[in-house]
Amino acid sequence: MKGTNLGEFEEIVLLTIASLMEEAYSVNIVDEIADVTGRKTKLGVVHAVLKRLEDKGLITSELGEPTKERGGRRKRFFTVSHAGKVALMKAKEQRDRLWGKIPELVFQGI
Amino acid sequence: MKDEIKGPPRWMDRIIEFYCRKDLLEDLQGDLHEYYFRNLERSRGKANLIFFLDVLKFCRLYTIRKPKILGQMTFFNLLGNYFKTSVRSIARNKLFSSINIVGLAISMSVGLLMITYIGETLTFDEFHEKKDRIYRVTSTYSSITGDDPFDLASTSVFIGEKLRNEYSGFEKVLIMRRNFNADISKGENIINVRGHYSSPEFFDVFSFDLKSGDPKTALVEPYSIILTEKAATKLFKDEDPVGQLVTSGEDTYTVTGLMAEVPHNSHMQFEALASMSTLENKYRNDENSTFFTWRSIWMNYVYVLLEEGSTPDQINNYLTEIAVEENAKTDRYTITHEVENLSEIAPGRDLSNQIGPSITWESIYQLLGLTLIVILSACFNYTNLSIARALRRAKEVGIRKVVGASQSQVLTQFVFEAILIAVLSLVIAGGLYLLIKPEFVTSVVDEENVMMEFRWINLVYFIVFAISIGFISGILPSLVLSKLKAISILQDASKLRLFKGVSLRRMLIVFQFAISMALIIGATITYRQYNFSINYDLGFTSENILNLELMGNDSQKLMTELKKLPEVMDVSRSGMIPSTGEIWGDELKYNDPMDSVSFYFNPVDKNYPLIHEMKFLAGGTFPYNKKEEEDPKFIIIDRSLSERFGFSAPGDALGEVLYLQRRIEDDIPLQVVGVIENYQYQNLSSDAEPTALIHGGEDDFQYINMVVSSTDIIGMMTKMEKIWTGIEKLHPFKAEFMNDQIQDSYAHYRVLFRIFTFLAILAIAISTMGLLGMAVFTTETRIKEVSIRKVLGASEKNLVMILSRSFMLMLFISAVIAIPFTYYLFAEHILSEFKKRIDIGPMELLPGVILIFLIGFLTISWQTVKAAKANPADMLRDE
Repeated sequence: MKGTNLGEFEEIVLLTIASLMEEAYSVNIVDEIADVTGRKTKLGVVHAVLKRLEDKGLITSELGEPTKERGGRRKRFFTVSHAGKVALMKAKEQRDRLWGKIPELVFQGI
Repeated sequence: MKDEIKGPPRWMDRIIEFYCRKDLLEDLQGDLHEYYFRNLERSRGKANLIFFLDVLKFCRLYTIRKPKILGQMTFFNLLGNYFKTSVRSIARNKLFSSINIVGLAISMSVGLLMITYIGETLTFDEFHEKKDRIYRVTSTYSSITGDDPFDLASTSVFIGEKLRNEYSGFEKVLIMRRNFNADISKGENIINVRGHYSSPEFFDVFSFDLKSGDPKTALVEPYSIILTEKAATKLFKDEDPVGQLVTSGEDTYTVTGLMAEVPHNSHMQFEALASMSTLENKYRNDENSTFFTWRSIWMNYVYVLLEEGSTPDQINNYLTEIAVEENAKTDRYTITHEVENLSEIAPGRDLSNQIGPSITWESIYQLLGLTLIVILSACFNYTNLSIARALRRAKEVGIRKVVGASQSQVLTQFVFEAILIAVLSLVIAGGLYLLIKPEFVTSVVDEENVMMEFRWINLVYFIVFAISIGFISGILPSLVLSKLKAISILQDASKLRLFKGVSLRRMLIVFQFAISMALIIGATITYRQYNFSINYDLGFTSENILNLELMGNDSQKLMTELKKLPEVMDVSRSGMIPSTGEIWGDELKYNDPMDSVSFYFNPVDKNYPLIHEMKFLAGGTFPYNKKEEEDPKFIIIDRSLSERFGFSAPGDALGEVLYLQRRIEDDIPLQVVGVIENYQYQNLSSDAEPTALIHGGEDDFQYINMVVSSTDIIGMMTKMEKIWTGIEKLHPFKAEFMNDQIQDSYAHYRVLFRIFTFLAILAIAISTMGLLGMAVFTTETRIKEVSIRKVLGASEKNLVMILSRSFMLMLFISAVIAIPFTYYLFAEHILSEFKKRIDIGPMELLPGVILIFLIGFLTISWQTVKAAKANPADMLRDE
């Protein structure tokens, strides 16, 4: 692992999980990312990232109750762990600090 | 519910189920299904395709199930534990472990012998670089008399030259002839060398190591000779032999080469090679000589080196072609030829007239079969005892299973334990192997030139062998143990029904004892046949007759000297020694020139029938000793020959003239001077043929036969040797008693007897140990029953009966199987080559069986009596 810094896509996935609250499972996450960012991501990519985040301890997962859809197979729901929250905060802080340093002049005219 | 929308094809699901880890599978598969249903809105085909691609795409490092390596890792982790439990279990059951280990070790030592032996036979002729392309021409000779055809390793010079000159497809044709035997001398030094004649292609075909000399030309000129280093050093000491002249009688040979010793694992052995042209020159212009004829197939060997790409079939076709052409010229016999690859020579088919030591597959299979039987017997012991003792290990299995061991792990553990015991046995077997190896070499494989040398590769074979023995003996009990259900063991172990294996175990014991009985009966029969053979009434006396081999010396001179010894009562001379397997044959005619009779003969002097006490039916021995350079004039025929020529009474034959058939010269007339009773000319493996004693001359004699009478054999021999060395410088003194010579001709049966006895002892030891183990086990498990019976009033005798009954029944069944089987085997196969043989009756069949019954009974009663005598109070106190 390269430090505790989040990758860009990792951060998006983490934020999505946080925003989806109780409903964060893989298919939903893909859909939400598509809705919010307009990025068409593949399930495989998200799946791999989820796995990586879980390995890093930033998210935790548990299987939900079986439902009729998906042939009775349970969904795996993700929640952001404490470490995940810390990492998100840290990322936001870094950005805010950088934003604070930029004179307004730079963005004039956009 | 049928109206539910159909999901993706099942087989696609199966793919993902196959590779995906269990913990990831459910939700991943669910996700994919969710997408599938979403895609269904487009079209089923598209949905199927996407689903399929996704299934493939998700096959990634983190999703795939870890292969079984993990399971194997636990095996290595558990190895230490397996080792520990195995050692503990071995140490705890000392009796059973030692039965197993000793039994396996004994049988494995024989197995090690076999491995070394077979391993070495397979190295024969492997050192020739062109071995794949070297083929030997073999012959089959059938005469019109309808006897079995002879298969010969030898062939004719004719066929070699024909192939060499008129056919193509080979690089070289090598012609050899055996029996080059010369006393060569250089100055004062004189040595005897034996070897072969060979044409110049020798070193093109074979890869024997020529140290000096030109391999191309060394065997070209007549009277060229190549010596091996050992022979050359004896003759020349430190001088360089190449280019030297040596003399042999009137001939002078030039030494043209010096060879390294012939490796012992070569199918031909020699100390010297002489050029074939030596003989060719001698016979080329001799019209009477049969040297170059089609039928002269007894002394020569033809090897061909095929061109790359030619096939042996091609040559076989040539050979058939030649045979058809040549066989058409005569109707007295047919000769056919075929080729065999160098690798098929030793070990190979059973051919007569081999050029060197012969090793046949037949004898290898026989030894191998006997060995396997003994090894199996020891494996059965292990299987039996382990299954019987399985109850003791059941708790361990139960605990292991509860803690999470899988069936295959338990299986591995017990197989591992069996292998461990086998490897332990290997160590002991190695020691035994070293002990019995020298005996095996001298008595069994001596004539095959197998040295049983140590080779490193054998160690690998030994270990593989031990592991497979462990596996074979351990697999059955391990299967039984590993199939036990944890819950049933732990609930109430005493209710376990392990005894499904009872009939199997009984069968194994019956089999073991049947083998032991068969072997011991075999030993008895061969021993009796051997005794029968050497004590057979031969029709003449062989008692106190000492035969001295002349080796080309003047018999007159020796006889005069020997007669001076007080121990020598009488002397005669003969060409051969009857009843030892040696035969001299010729053809004889009477009045009808078309009717010739094959007969065996012995050229003898007039004393011969007298000192051998042959029984004359009419007439008497030759009137005088034949002079040199004179054709034989007289013959003494036996009763069957006289009957063959139609003389109604033996006396009628006296004075009649028979003709010894000659092909080119005139037939030789012989006058009958005596008729003797039939006697055993051949050894007992053949039917009696007509025989005769022919008036022999100095040139015909090979032996002096002396009737001796002495209490000091060694002193007498020393005196004789002194006379011998006074006349003969080169050859050693060689005199043997005729009885010994006759016995030696049955040495094969002595060897067979020893092998049978040895294996029988092993098999009996192994099966008795197994029986002991089973008896101990049964009495142990039934001790409560025995005690209660005793309390209730059963007598000790009753108890012993109850405990022993099933064992004795098994022994009885073994006997019922073994006796007819062995009887059939010996009566129909092994003894069938003897025309005169013992009848196999109760005296041959029963002693061995009774002995085994006795041993078995003692083994069982040792245990059962102990159990029956035990005080029931001690046994039942704990209840």
